This record gives sequence, C-alpha cells and structure tokens, in this order.
Amino acid sequence: MAVHRGRGFASVNYPIGMNLGGDPSQALVHATPDGKFMVTLSSIDLGQGMKSVTRQIAAEALGVPVSDVYVDTADSDTGPHCMGSFASRGTHRVGNAVIRAATEARTQLLEAAAEELEVDAGDLDTDGSGNIHIKGAPARSITVADAAIAAQFKQGRTLAGRGIFLVPASEVDPETGEQSPVTCFAHAAMVVDVEVDDETGEVVVAEINSAYEVGRALNPRLVQQQLVGGAWMGLSHALYETTEPYYPAREHLPLDFNTYLMPGPGDTAPHHIAVLERPAEDAPFGGKGPGEMCANPVLPAIANAVYNAVGVRCDELPITPEKILRGIRNNGGSQPKGIPG
Amino acid sequence: MSSLEFRKDLFADERDDSLNEIGKPTIRQDILGHVTGRSPYYDDHLFDGLLHMRCVRSPHHHARIRSIDCRAAESMPGVRRIVRPEDVPNNLNTLLSLIGFGKEDEPMLTPRKVGYRGEPVLAVVADTERLARAAVAAIRVEWETLPHVLDVEAAIAPGAPVVNETYPNNTFDYYERYDHQKLRFGDIEQGFADADHIVEGRYRMSPIEQAPMETCGAIAVPETNDRFACYTSTQALFFSLATTAKLLDMPSSRLHFIGGTVGGGFGGKVDSVVEPMSVLGAMLTGRPVKFTWDREEEMQVGAPRGAELWDIKDGVNRDGRIIARRFTGYFDSGAYTRLSSYAVVKGTAHLPGPYTIPNVASNVYCVFTNRTPATAMRGFGITGVDYAIECQMDRVAEAVGMDPVEFRILNAYRDGDMKAHRRLAKNTALIECCQVAAQKAGWRIGPQAARQSSLTGGGGQRAEIPETVTDHEGRIGERRRSRIPNEPLLGRGMKSRIPAGTTRSEDVVAAPPQRPDMSADRQDVLPRHDIGSSREFEAARSRPDQQPTRSAGPESRGDLPTPGPGRPSPQTSPQPAVPPTRTLQRPRVSRFIAGSRRR
Repeated sequence: MAVHRGRGFASVNYPIGMNLGGDPSQALVHATPDGKFMVTLSSIDLGQGMKSVTRQIAAEALGVPVSDVYVDTADSDTGPHCMGSFASRGTHRVGNAVIRAATEARTQLLEAAAEELEVDAGDLDTDGSGNIHIKGAPARSITVADAAIAAQFKQGRTLAGRGIFLVPASEVDPETGEQSPVTCFAHAAMVVDVEVDDETGEVVVAEINSAYEVGRALNPRLVQQQLVGGAWMGLSHALYETTEPYYPAREHLPLDFNTYLMPGPGDTAPHHIAVLERPAEDAPFGGKGPGEMCANPVLPAIANAVYNAVGVRCDELPITPEKILRGIRNNGGSQPKGIPG
Repeated sequence: MSSLEFRKDLFADERDDSLNEIGKPTIRQDILGHVTGRSPYYDDHLFDGLLHMRCVRSPHHHARIRSIDCRAAESMPGVRRIVRPEDVPNNLNTLLSLIGFGKEDEPMLTPRKVGYRGEPVLAVVADTERLARAAVAAIRVEWETLPHVLDVEAAIAPGAPVVNETYPNNTFDYYERYDHQKLRFGDIEQGFADADHIVEGRYRMSPIEQAPMETCGAIAVPETNDRFACYTSTQALFFSLATTAKLLDMPSSRLHFIGGTVGGGFGGKVDSVVEPMSVLGAMLTGRPVKFTWDREEEMQVGAPRGAELWDIKDGVNRDGRIIARRFTGYFDSGAYTRLSSYAVVKGTAHLPGPYTIPNVASNVYCVFTNRTPATAMRGFGITGVDYAIECQMDRVAEAVGMDPVEFRILNAYRDGDMKAHRRLAKNTALIECCQVAAQKAGWRIGPQAARQSSLTGGGGQRAEIPETVTDHEGRIGERRRSRIPNEPLLGRGMKSRIPAGTTRSEDVVAAPPQRPDMSADRQDVLPRHDIGSSREFEAARSRPDQQPTRSAGPESRGDLPTPGPGRPSPQTSPQPAVPPTRTLQRPRVSRFIAGSRRR
C-alpha cells in the first residue's frame, strides 16, 4: 500500500454572456450637486464585485477618478431594467451599458466645461484626476466639479447619461444547431498534481498551476478573488460535493453542511496562476467575465491526475475514495502511469 | 504558497495598458460593510407584524393527492392563512417564458399530482415560523403513490411513467419538432470510417448544490399605494419581478423589488420561487410576509445543478488529429423545465469543446425525471460537458501515445477557424493558456508545440463549413412509440445533405448605441485591435487558399518569454388595521443585542 503521485491536464474555453434570449441591461448615470457621478443600476452584485467593476468602468469612460463615482444597485424603482447576474453576463452586458451611459454624460460634461472656458467642446479632454483641460494646453483648465456645478446651477443643464446593451436573440437552427451563442470566449488551462492513497482512496491535491485568459483584468484583485475561489469550487466539485451521492438512486441525501461535504481550509492547494489578457472586441474595455469559467478545468484535471497516479479512470463525479478503491480493485491493484512532461 | 502573475507580454499589441482606472486593484466599494457585518441583506429589513410562510411538501417522488385535511391547522391560534393552489391567479408557468422559450409546465402550488419529493402543495402563513411549522405538521394529506422514474435513460424509454403532463414524452420539445437539440457539422460517419482509432467514453456528473451561506428568501410588504415591495435575495431582480407579476397576474409596475447584498448565489437564486410566494402571502393577508428556505430546503428542494450524462465517440488519426467527434448528452431536468432546456442549447453551442474538428454531431436531451428540478449553477451547461470532453481528451491522447498538452495544442481552435455552430472563431487564446500552464508547472512540451500560436495557422480550409449530413430522427413522441437510437445519425431514417458553406442566419451583433453621443469614440475606451481582425477573418473566409497572416504579436513563441513577477385577486385583499411600519436598522446597534432580529 502506498501514496502515488499523479499529474493531470485540462484546457477549456467559456462562452461569455449567452444571448439565447437577447436579454438586455440598462444603466443611468447622473451628476450629483457636488459634481460627482452616480451610476444607477437594477443589477445585482452577488459578491463577485460588480458594484466595484462598474464603478471603475464608469470612471474610465467619464474620465474622472474612481473616488468621484458611486454605484447604486438592485432597486427596481430607481434602476432601469437588467435581466440579472448570470451566464457571465454581468461585466459584459452591464459594463457595456455603463460605458454608453457614462459616455453620454461625459459629452454633456465637456459641453458645460466648454461654455465655462469659452472654447469648443471638441478641444477638451479630461486628465482622469478631476480636471478638464484644453488639448495641448493643460494650463487652461476647469475642474470636473466646477464644470458640473456650473452646468446644474448656472447653465441649467443636466449631466446625465443613458445606456443599454442588447445583443438580439439568436435563433437556433433545429437541424444543424447553427447559432450565435455568444460574442466572446474566455480560456483556461491547468495542471494539477495529486497524491492518491491506494489504501484509503483519498486524494490530496498537492499543487495547481493554471493560466486563465480573461480578456482584460478590469480589476486584478477581483480577478484573483474569482480565480482562487473558483478553483477551490472546482476542487470541491471534483472530490466532494453532490446532493445525491448514489445518483440516480435517491439515498443518503445530505441535508446540511455536516453531510454535504466540502473541503476545509486544510484541503486547499497552493495555486499558481498566470493571467493572460486578450481583449474581446465587444466587451467593456475587452474584459470577459472570469467568474463562471474558473472552476471548470479543475474537475477534469483532477480526474486525469488520479488516472495518472493509480490508473483508475474517474468517469463519474464526484471522485470519492469509494470509487477510487473500487477502481483499483477492478484493475487488480494500482497502475501508476508515470508523471508526464 | 499560492501566487498570481499577469503575463502582460502576451497579446501586448492588442491592449492599451495606459488606462486611468481600468486595470487598477481598486478596493471594493462594499468591502468594509462585508467585513464589519454592516452590509444589509434582505433579511436585515425588519417589519412590525411580520408573518412567516412555510410549505406543505410531498414526501413522495410521484403521487396523486387524494384529499387534504387542513381543519386542525386552520383552528390553530396565530395561523393567518392557508394558501392553496386556487389562490394563485396564474398557477402555471415556465421561467423562460420571459424570453418565449418553452411551454408552461410548473405550478407554484401543485393542485393534483406531484412529480418530485419536496414539491409544494400548500403554504401556511402564521405569526411565527414555529407556528407555521406546527401548522404544516398538522395538515393531513392522503397520497396515492405512482410509479416513478429517476434515471434519464429509463425516462426516455417507451413505457416510462409520465413525469410532467406538459411534456408527456419526458423530454423537452425543441422547436416543436424534435425531442432533443441537434448539432450537425460535416459527415460524422465518414469521419469515423476514415479514422485510425476510435475512442469512446461515458461520463456522469451527480447533482451539485449551489450551497450559498444565505438560503433563498424574500420579504413582501404591502405598500399604501396598491403596490407591493419585495426584499429579496435574488440574483436577477427583473427576472424575479416579471415572474412574480406573471404568476400573480398583475402589472409588473405594481411591484417594487429591492435586492442588494446577496449571500452567495452561484446560480441558485435565479428560479424566483420565494418572491411570488411571499408577495402572494402579503396580498392574501395584507401584512408583511417572509418566506425563507431552511437549510434542508436549500439542499433538497432548492434546485441544484442537475446531473448530466455524456457519451462521446472520437475518431482520431495516428498523428493525433481528431477528425470526428460525436456526443449524446442527457441533462436531468428533474420534474420541471426551469432552465435546463437552455443549458442544452448552451451546451450544444459549446461542442466539440475548444478544438477544431471537421466532423461533429450531437444529440442532447433535456429529460424529465421524478426528482428535484435542476437549474442554473456557475458554469451552467458547460461544467459537466467540459469535464467529459477533457477526460475524453486524456483518453484519446493515451490512445495515440501523445503528450496530453501537445495533443491539445495540436487540436486547439485558432483565430479564423470555423466552429461547429457555424461561426468563425476569433479572439482565441487556448494555445497560449496551454503553453503557459505547462511552463508554470515545469511540464516540458516539445519545440513544435511551444512554437504554436492562436494567431496563426487558423482559417483557410479550417474556415470552411463542410457539406453536412442531416437527419429527421427523434421527432416529438417518436421515441416513445418505437425504439430509435439516441445517438446522432445512427438510425436507419432518411439522411439528407446540406451543401458546404450553408449558413441559415446572420451572425448576431449588439444593437448600436441609440445616439452618437453614447458612442465611445475615445481610442482608449475601446480595445484597439478589433476592427482589423474581424475584416481579416472575413478575408480569410473568402480566400480559402490563404491563411490569415498577422504580422503583429510576438512571433518567437518557441521559447516563451520568462514571466514577470508577478415569482384571490388583489381587489379582495384585506387591508391591515394599521399599516405596517418599517423598522429600519439602527446603525451601530447590533440586531442581536437589541433582540429585534426575530419576531
């Protein structure tokens, strides 16, 4: 009886923002009386950080510091329509709607500043630090706050923008499956190293090395949060989780977190991540949502690593010690395949 | 320890990295509230006179209701209302009716026959949760159990018990034509005939719970303006609002939904079950009503990620190129559709995975069984089939004696390649991910694989749509009358051929900005590379002999650069004697200390 090391690989892509239904999202942006900006959405922040990322997107598109932008979400009376946060559509759909709303508000901001500076709005630019200046003459400038206050209390203008992003519904051909399911794809590849005890059937994930291509990391910390958490979820799906352990038989059903197994802190693995960024053409600043994809490569990579370690094909999830031990027994013992690469 | 690096050296020419706010590790706007326990969840909204709702649920997989006796429960002090199926104004719905997909198949409270263990048949609204539970326990239902089916293959066989009367064949109806979703690209049987090796695999994934820390719940409150407010844990505010308006047959503008911080969703908070139930409770009692699942309900009644079963057959050449791949897939939808029909379409578009394979065919079924309905979860429609594909890739690599990474790079899709759903691939990066992951792990790959790039080698012949063999098997109801094979193109029925290059619909692109001033024309707002690259793909299609050439991009991929650090009509609803007052949270006073958390 021994512990066997094994190594597995998997590579995947992921469709960002399914458009089977053509479900749109809308955004509103308006200036506050003190010259800051409020983004109003009905969209939901699930904890993934959508409030934060839409704030950065609005700041970038407005040309103002992120500290001057506030985001209000999840109220159907104040926020315009949004179908919801699912199918990796939050950043893609809502982000694009925010860009459009912020861009319209920016146009009005520059027009208000142009009136104050007595120049053409086309000659103005923002510096991202809260100032509007004449292109090529940074000294002739006005603050965003002063321009916004002048607009609202002197010129009688609103600084507001509306945005909607809709990818029309894609028909699916019944005969061939032809369709335009999404507009962009994220990518990932992963190497997982495991140790498999052929006496207990236990699997320890020793190390994960991964590469995730996310279009653009709009906020690198939020990307990290998704990738690290997502990989943990993948590990959990591969080795622990199910509501029906003897599916399709409905027996031994877990009813709480005592019987629904998940890895604890001691079961997590060191994870070395490389983030690749190839911007997608219709994504906000090129950013694809990394949140759904990140768990997917872990499941097959672990299954392949277990095969590599003890020669047992893990074709049913989750990969429980029971299944591994039965596999080893069926094979007449462990059959290590030798570490690849 | 773990580490994270950004490979800014890759695709550097396709990015403008000089943006002001994008790409910065800006601290989350809401993080202080999260870590100090101040972020408000739906359950943090407190109301005087709040009532609690619990459901009477089926203990059987499949059963007819003979009779229900509520007399004991109705006479219990503090029980305000027994909610019955006939109280639901529009008691049959399907979630995706909001986008016109599928037939109404699921009641909110089930009147005659249940299809899964845990299916709600009645609800009780009472002064406290404890009273509501006691009342539920006091209700006597007389059941007549029926034969049930739990296995997807058994469910689609002739003679299986009918799970869901809307779909008497136990399969979702696709396009009023077939009992499955087809994908046909090329000639799969010819591909198998030409292949040096055939490799087959069968993969199964059990149901998985989304397992949020916060269970699904909602509080509905009658407002004085003939509207209802609903505080909810939903992931999809207007999806839940519209579903509630439809089930309760009211204009959606009479509903005010307030979401907010969600204590974990992962796909489990899209189904919009608690919202219409709580609003109906508020309509019937005129008081605020809370409907929250307990952990057991979350685990076994709340829809999980459904089980999937995939059969894959590959034809591969000696050199490692996959030339034919066939799928038969089964999504176990449980007793009702919810969103599984959509997962089938999404999963089909995903086939054959991120690889360029000239002959691909699949039949994917959304199957009804007598278990908890399945729904969305992180990776919806993709996670299970990715698992199957990548385990299969490992098998095929072994069959041809290739390194698993090199095998994937050889078969990887590239810019300009035609995908099986008849759209050109663009903006691909699978090869680079394979190379970088291998490099990080110290997995040595050969110089040939290390030299490959997503930017080159695609298009040309690889951009062509092949002549495609089609069939008309699996028409709705056919399968239950006679045994026909589940696998694509395996039956003896009529085959036809669609000419090479056939597409039947235009590519779908986003609606343009409605006014010019909503259009971002600043160079730095949009990524720089796109306009050029799409034209290039079009050009590649029209010139099949030429491959798209991109001078841009690091050419020397032979040795990768070293990484840097780095849901009774409303008119009859009773009015409360005193309008409910909203007790807002008092900042800085712990709800637990104040004792106001549970009423």
